[in-house]
Amino acid sequence: MVMDDVQVKDGVDAQTVDAVKALSGAYKYGWNTEIEMEYAPKGLSEDIVRLISSKNEEPEWMLDWRLAAYRRWLEMKEPDWAMVDYPKIDFQDQYYYARPKSMEEKPKSLDDVDPKLLETYKKLGIPLKEQALLAGVEAPEGERRVAVDAVFDSVSVGTTFQAELMNAGVIFCSISEAIREHPELVRKYLGTVVPVSDNYYATLNCAVFSDGSFVYIPPGVRCPMELSTYFRINAENTGQFERTLIIADKESYVSYLEGCTAPQRDIAQLHAAVVELVLLDDAEIKYSTVQNWYPGDENGKGGIYNFVTKRADCRGDRSKVMWTQVETGSAVTWKYPSCVLRGDDSQGEFYSIAIANNMQQADTGTKMVHLGKNTKSRIVSKGISAGKAQNTYRGLVSMHPKAKNSRNYTQCDSLLIGDKCGAHTVPYIEVKNNSSRVEHEATTSKVDDDQLFYCRSRGMGEEDAVALVVNGFCKEVLQALPMEFAMEAQALVAISLEGSVG
Amino acid sequence: MVASSPKVISDRALHDAELISNSGAWAKNARQLASARAQEQGLPQRRDEYWKYTRPDVFVQKNVALIPQACPEIGIFADQMKTEIVFENAKLATHHLPEIDNCKIESLSNASTLDLHWVQDIYGKLELAGQKPVERSLAALNTAMATEGLLVHATGQVSSPIRIHSVSIGITDAVIHHVVKVEAGASVTLIETGQYGARSNVVIEVDVADTGSFHHIRVQDGKESHMLTHIFASIGADAKFKSFTLTTDGKMTRNECILDLVGDNSSVTVAGACLGDSNFHHDDTVFITHDAVNCESRQVFKKVLRNGAVGVFQGKILVKAGAQKTDGYQISQSLLLDEDSQFLAKPELEIYADDVACSHGSTSGAIDEEALFYLRSRGVPEPKAVDLLTLSFIAQAIGEIEDPDLAQAILSYLTDILEAR
Repeated sequence: MVMDDVQVKDGVDAQTVDAVKALSGAYKYGWNTEIEMEYAPKGLSEDIVRLISSKNEEPEWMLDWRLAAYRRWLEMKEPDWAMVDYPKIDFQDQYYYARPKSMEEKPKSLDDVDPKLLETYKKLGIPLKEQALLAGVEAPEGERRVAVDAVFDSVSVGTTFQAELMNAGVIFCSISEAIREHPELVRKYLGTVVPVSDNYYATLNCAVFSDGSFVYIPPGVRCPMELSTYFRINAENTGQFERTLIIADKESYVSYLEGCTAPQRDIAQLHAAVVELVLLDDAEIKYSTVQNWYPGDENGKGGIYNFVTKRADCRGDRSKVMWTQVETGSAVTWKYPSCVLRGDDSQGEFYSIAIANNMQQADTGTKMVHLGKNTKSRIVSKGISAGKAQNTYRGLVSMHPKAKNSRNYTQCDSLLIGDKCGAHTVPYIEVKNNSSRVEHEATTSKVDDDQLFYCRSRGMGEEDAVALVVNGFCKEVLQALPMEFAMEAQALVAISLEGSVG
Repeated sequence: MVASSPKVISDRALHDAELISNSGAWAKNARQLASARAQEQGLPQRRDEYWKYTRPDVFVQKNVALIPQACPEIGIFADQMKTEIVFENAKLATHHLPEIDNCKIESLSNASTLDLHWVQDIYGKLELAGQKPVERSLAALNTAMATEGLLVHATGQVSSPIRIHSVSIGITDAVIHHVVKVEAGASVTLIETGQYGARSNVVIEVDVADTGSFHHIRVQDGKESHMLTHIFASIGADAKFKSFTLTTDGKMTRNECILDLVGDNSSVTVAGACLGDSNFHHDDTVFITHDAVNCESRQVFKKVLRNGAVGVFQGKILVKAGAQKTDGYQISQSLLLDEDSQFLAKPELEIYADDVACSHGSTSGAIDEEALFYLRSRGVPEPKAVDLLTLSFIAQAIGEIEDPDLAQAILSYLTDILEAR
């Protein structure tokens, strides 16, 4: 929101307005790491695809797979059905591979990693050392710990706790490492959830993905700690294309966290990721995202275009997947984490908070495709629009004829703050059998004046009052997040709305 | 949009040329513009998002195997009706149109031979306004081709409803275009029963002035028939618009309703109920635009489906910037009586104003086993119990009808149909 527009309402003193002005546009992670980088030549061609493949020392089959995807992509059209509007992307005017020079020689352990990189992650609040991570406090023994894979532009700079996880049989490494070290697993599952030709951005990702995370949880194993990947785009004019593949074998469990940030730059940058989750019988994956890419400034300059394909395939009976996302960043978001409920009695859940402020545009939601019997899904989506932002929920619930006795419950609520933003809901509901029950509810409203008045009359500033009401609005989703994330998300909700009260 | 079968359009264009040369000045102009519009838009195609759940083929193909229609008996509203106008095989069969207080009824065929007529400000104009943001070329085609229809001009309170009853025997391809103009402070109720043809394309344009009030009730029943209807309405300030449609049979039905709230403090309702059995595809497509302050809109749709019947609902509420204090409500529900039936829905909200309360709900499921058990345990035989639960499911939509006598007539008609099954 342009802060000159701020109108002083009754009961708002000048000090509050100044405070709001001071906070407006505050993006905490907008700094940039000065580090020597090595780039592939600008633009996109078969040679670039080959170059990325060779940088990652990939086997022949992987290169062939990429090239097939690239050729396919050349024939595809950019989708235009989402309610987002952005200038045409020039795919030749950016870099597809950027890696810190110091990563040329792969570090043997975390101790060998360039201190500048370690410093970057420390500053982001993600210390890349094997320690407990709980709001920065050294945790006593037995507390929850988090293993981190840190991806910096096009490469993974390090993965913590690898050895300890290996003891439990869990493989947690960068996807480039997995392609080299565990080709049998990668070949078996890569591209089976999101096929190569799935959509424009996914196909592009298949051709040029440079790194990402790989997780394999063996049968019967409950992953001893939470796993997490932290994505950082640092280089200018560079697209980040990461690929995540998580395989939860029979009766296994893993909780996975994902975070992302980028420096503040004037030129928009592309991020097109693909995440594939495979769940076998009785497996469970909890996948949480706090997406905080640079959203652009209040005039819509710069920011990340976040075009992401995320899908979970509940292949096994009684498998369960839970997507939780807090989407506060990015200039443009195009993202629909989905569940294919193939196994009988499998379950999918989707909890989402999408906040769009200033000139941000978000078109996000989920697809629940019920194929197996007695499958269940639940969708809770909270969209918040402020400033001049547009926020769209787009979702599909499909009950196939064979998905007998299945259930879906969908709730999508939108909240509008200010009269220059938009909130939209585009659900598709397809019911092809009668023993399934589908319920869909959606509401759109503005921040309740009575609630605001209540908070204000008790001495709260307007900004704080809005944040409190909004946090209440989002509660159901915040509660579904792992604890560390919940705390971060709650703070993010407040920060993202800064400057929205006018 | 590119025309999938340009041949169909050009054949029709020839027909248009003949029709246009016989028209009076205003009609000539309106038909020429509409014809050009339809040509430019082309016919709808299967891959169009707007036709996602209903195949437009049967409405656009030239040679469709239409099945001869028998004349359905719709003995509904017999008590309430004083003003009745009959269409036979898509032609106006009442030669002396009734003269009633506060309302003038004319035929489109007569009016279109004149060079000047009040309808020139509405005919094709509301349809044109409804072509954005979604193109509805079949409605444009209707404007270009229609020769039959009624022009109703209400200038005050019209005491009893005007009923249009249509019968179609044999194979008729009907193109009908009605226009209703409701002046300030006037109110009128229009009832449509029967079917215009084996395949019909019907457009109704309704202009409701400030403080005007328009009520519409439609009963569609035609085995093996293909019905496409569009209502385009513009609603002024402090005005009211209500439309209810009951569909009890029909191979393929698509009812579109495009409403524009252009004046403050108005309220509109679009409601519908259908009972579908086997070879039955029923689509309700509604687009309500709030472009004024403090207006209310309601969409209430109930579909009961069995033996492979398909129900579709596409409803949208668009609240434009500045349309504050909007109250938008939308509910679409289906009751699937067996494993083979389907319900496909796309209930949309698009909102650009913050001080609004909009909600939509959609549910689909089988009959409530507990309710069924309750009735059976009290000695109600199963088929009767299913009928009772069906009626209670549909009741909310019927409840949207303003006139209690007409609502009662619809309810008894529905009860009879259920008993006869």
